[in-house]
Amino acid sequence: MEELIKNLGLVINATLIATPPLLYAALGSTFSERSGVINIGIEGMMTIGAFVGAAVAHFTSNAWLAFLCGGLVGALFGLIHAIACVSFGADQTISGTAINFLAPGVAIFVCKSLFEQSSNTPPLDTAQKLPKLFNGVFEVGSFWNNVLNTYVATYLAFVAVAIVWFIFYKTRFGMRLRAVGEHPKACETQGISVFRIRYIAVIASGFFAGLGGAYVTLCTVSQFRPEVIVGQGFIAIAAVIFGKFTPHGAMGACLLFGLCNGLKVLLGSGNVISPNLISMIPYVVTIITLVLFVGKSRVPAANGKPYFKQK
Amino acid sequence: MNKTSHIDPNVVAVQMTEIVKKFGNFVANDHINLTVYKGEVHAILGENGAGKSTLMNILYGLYKPTSGSISIFGSPVNIENPRHAIELGIGMVHQHFMLVEPFTVTENIILGMEPTKGMVVDIEKARRKVKELSERYGMHVDPDAKIEDISVGMQQRVEILKVLYRGANILILDEPTASLTPQEIEELINIIHNLTADGKTVILITHKLKEIKASADRCTIIRQGKYINTVDVETVSEHDLASMMVGRDVQFVVDKKPIEPGEVIIDIQDLHAKDYRGVEVLRGLNLKVRRGEIVGLAGVDGNGQTELVEILTGLRKGESGKVIIGDKDLFNADAHTLFDNGVSSIPADRQKHGLVLEYSVAYNLVLQNYEKPPFSKRGILKKDVIKKHAAELVGKFDIRGAEGGTKEAGKLSGGNQQKVIIAREVTNDKDLLIAVNPTRGLDVGAIEFVHRYIVEQRNKNKAVLLVSFELDEIMSLSDRIEVIYNGNIVGSVPGDQADEKVLGLMMAGGTKNETED
Amino acid sequence: MKQKINHNNMASQNIIKNKVQGLIYQNALYTIIAIFFGFLVGGIFLWSAGFSPLEAYAKLFSSVFSRPKYLVWSVIYATPLVFTGLSVAFSYKMGVFNIGAEGQFVVGSLAALCVGILVDAPPVLHVLLCMLAAIAAGMAWSFLVAVLRVRFGINEVLSFIMFNWIAFYLSNYVINTEIIHKVGGGEASKDIRESARILLPQSVQNIFKSDKANYGILLAIIAAVGIWFILTKTTFGYRVQAVGLNPHAAKYGGINSNKTMYIAMSLSGALAALGGAVQLMGNSMRISQFAGQEGFGFQGITVALIASSHPIGCIFSGLFYGAMKYGGSKLNLIDAPTEVVDIIMGTIVLFIAISHVFRYLITRRLKNKEDK
Repeated sequence: MEELIKNLGLVINATLIATPPLLYAALGSTFSERSGVINIGIEGMMTIGAFVGAAVAHFTSNAWLAFLCGGLVGALFGLIHAIACVSFGADQTISGTAINFLAPGVAIFVCKSLFEQSSNTPPLDTAQKLPKLFNGVFEVGSFWNNVLNTYVATYLAFVAVAIVWFIFYKTRFGMRLRAVGEHPKACETQGISVFRIRYIAVIASGFFAGLGGAYVTLCTVSQFRPEVIVGQGFIAIAAVIFGKFTPHGAMGACLLFGLCNGLKVLLGSGNVISPNLISMIPYVVTIITLVLFVGKSRVPAANGKPYFKQK
Repeated sequence: MNKTSHIDPNVVAVQMTEIVKKFGNFVANDHINLTVYKGEVHAILGENGAGKSTLMNILYGLYKPTSGSISIFGSPVNIENPRHAIELGIGMVHQHFMLVEPFTVTENIILGMEPTKGMVVDIEKARRKVKELSERYGMHVDPDAKIEDISVGMQQRVEILKVLYRGANILILDEPTASLTPQEIEELINIIHNLTADGKTVILITHKLKEIKASADRCTIIRQGKYINTVDVETVSEHDLASMMVGRDVQFVVDKKPIEPGEVIIDIQDLHAKDYRGVEVLRGLNLKVRRGEIVGLAGVDGNGQTELVEILTGLRKGESGKVIIGDKDLFNADAHTLFDNGVSSIPADRQKHGLVLEYSVAYNLVLQNYEKPPFSKRGILKKDVIKKHAAELVGKFDIRGAEGGTKEAGKLSGGNQQKVIIAREVTNDKDLLIAVNPTRGLDVGAIEFVHRYIVEQRNKNKAVLLVSFELDEIMSLSDRIEVIYNGNIVGSVPGDQADEKVLGLMMAGGTKNETED
Repeated sequence: MKQKINHNNMASQNIIKNKVQGLIYQNALYTIIAIFFGFLVGGIFLWSAGFSPLEAYAKLFSSVFSRPKYLVWSVIYATPLVFTGLSVAFSYKMGVFNIGAEGQFVVGSLAALCVGILVDAPPVLHVLLCMLAAIAAGMAWSFLVAVLRVRFGINEVLSFIMFNWIAFYLSNYVINTEIIHKVGGGEASKDIRESARILLPQSVQNIFKSDKANYGILLAIIAAVGIWFILTKTTFGYRVQAVGLNPHAAKYGGINSNKTMYIAMSLSGALAALGGAVQLMGNSMRISQFAGQEGFGFQGITVALIASSHPIGCIFSGLFYGAMKYGGSKLNLIDAPTEVVDIIMGTIVLFIAISHVFRYLITRRLKNKEDK
């Protein structure tokens, strides 16, 4: 019994570590997708957010500043995506793919420049990382320590879900955002600037993606390596589609995917099931779910189509 | 008909004076004058392309007039854009709704003008106002219903509420009864009366005579961009209105040798279909076309012609019915099968359906036949044969700018693009040719060319179904004219006995009986 | 009479020449501008990191061109990219963005590996079997996505991305199985048998001074010519492009777009998978455990875009990218980050994506002037 509780604690712990990067990125993605702009460049934005977070933390030892900077650089690439797709009407998938080249390229380039040709940043010590809540309160290795003694940024991620939910469903901006993703022409005729809303949404998606990346280097891995972001961005996109483009739905899906990671830690260590097979689960589950629930995932009607203002 | 009028003849709500609107060389509005009184229901009547929509778009600020002036309640104004029009109290309800499907009625109405309480949208306040407006004008709208769940008639009321919410005093309704059931039309007319009773002014853009008689006080008729007349609706009959709407001389005389029509090539029975909104658009249509005859399908756009043709060419599925070609029922057959069984068409939208613009003229000329000999053999295209075929057709049909067939179809002028399609379909030489608005956007020379070939097919004992919004064209070419209205054939007239007044009447929903004085 | 015919022939030849020139002029212009901007942005990054862009670019250039051996390596690097480029280009002609080339490449590589290790066969036959296995895997991989789109309406971009990652983890899993795994530790599979390799004979290798000189590039060129032939000369190609250019007119003309999509996407998948097979059989000889996606599929997108989706153009843009990759790998010799190549390529893609709009706007303005 004790073994079971201990394992449960470990799984929850692993889940709570794997979920926030996905969740931040997924929240960002909901902004973009709901406004009608596909953003598959999230992977790249997370990568550069991860790098900038680690680098700023190294130089300033101020983890929260580093976290914020990670978000800002993500927002910068979000701006690039917005300019290409909203103002120039470029194919959104191509633009996203270009950013998946550019952002990691820039990240590693700058990393090598700053850190003597190493594509890793120096490891951060605990003081430079983001703080944990309830540190030292519980006994190390106990169930409650595993579950509650996790990073503040983790709790913040779930708070962010509530905030984004509020914005989407209670504020003016949220209502207009959702309308723009469904019927941009109707919005334009009621005096709403489709361009402006999409710009804000896409930049926000970059910001959140950057935060998600920074979380990984400032909490979990404690340094930037080129492989810290391997697929999380794409899983986040899947989570959003899974969660029917809502913040709460995305949260559920991210927890599910995070759980897969938790299981990987538990099962993989005992070599019961190959970690590679477990890693496949989120992707296979996504496809199966989409097949079974076809038509029920309501994509915003104007998703993916550039909006050209009628003169 | 008992109708209380709420006109206040002392107050002119809208005055449009000598409005001219040109698009390049095309004159859409030619010195039109319009006077609308406060509290009036004023209808603007005209055929497709007559210029009524253009005129109202000017009033709503979507276009600027080339010349002329506008006054609203006595003050001269320059209406810059729709937002300005809204500020002046002018609201427009478009024919194609601008509604966000998953949103509720209330959310759609307040979008862009949402009341707030701090940071939060004050939905309660909005609901109350929507309910109040709805009750005041007898609209019975549920503020919490989602757009995707309510009927088309209800959706229209939401559009009207949108306009009222923003304080409109002058409402422009563009073809408001287009997709409504008779019941919903009655309800709409009631709402319009409630609006005018409250001092609002309503302008109706329409071609439906019954509704004009039932709801309007006065009616302005526009024909080919020109102002014809303004009448008191009570004092005129549907016949008079129709007459003013279409009346013009038949211009083209075409050489049709007398032929006795032969066997029935296509027999359409009890055809039912729905449009993209799920509204029934063909309500049990029956139609036959025989060899050696041109059947002209006359009607105003939006009465089911588009959907009918799409079903006959395999681009759309119908709900039920029979389409008998030869001895087979090809209802809901695909394009390929229909073509192989003798149906070819000149599509309404040549650039969307008829041509692949980036392909050369030569490639376009074999669009249905590229897989068959002599144009290909065992999967390999025989380019020399295709080229030769193209050169031949370019010469024979005088397709200008095609450079022997090598030029991209998209680079040809509209008339020449149409010639490509005509060349192709005439050469395909199928038993049934469906020609939809074949001369749209063409100059007189090209029109003559198109007509010549259509008649030639008929003279060669082929069957032709001509679907056109141009009554001229129908009357000059058809051996028999069928009139489509509201998804049914409402009348059939032999070509040589056609009278445009009678036809106009049928096209607008009137019946033959009403012509008898 | 004869004179008149000759005159007509000449006139039509001129017309054709002008037309061809016109087309290429249009596409190439924007591509060159995009490449220029790519190098410009890369140069800015280099300069701000303290390197002389000219020095770095000179090094890049010389790393490729100064010795025949380097050219050979560039070609070796280019080979898989030509295949993935073709895959994306062909798919694009039908209006489908094959972002799944990455996964198709991986499964192709994996299938070839399994046949290359487990099956014992004489050299030519063995190579053929490996390639067939790769083709089958690639076709299946993209056919599934086509089914998901046609039958279930699932957006293919999402499916492709999911399948990319499934392939990635599948590869890692398979090479860790006992029969495939390298004997004696190490994070890789066994090497494929000699009979499954597509290396050039020893004598030729000596001339090129490269032990990985392989005839994969010949296969790539054959594939490119084949795809070009299919697109321009066959009825299938007519169908594919009609569906891509105007699905409405295609339907009107009686073309079955679903059937076309199934076949075309399968062919696309096969091409990317062949790229994986060729890379394995000509260069890497084994598959390693990967921490992240290698990127051949995504690089193929760049190749296709630079070539404006023209099959023969993919050969050249593939060579360009291959040279950039190889030359870029030598940049660390002067302490410059090799990632500048990613930055340059990413910028090029971005600019090409935007340039389509410029072209549309400019040609539309010209057409308006013409119509007046």
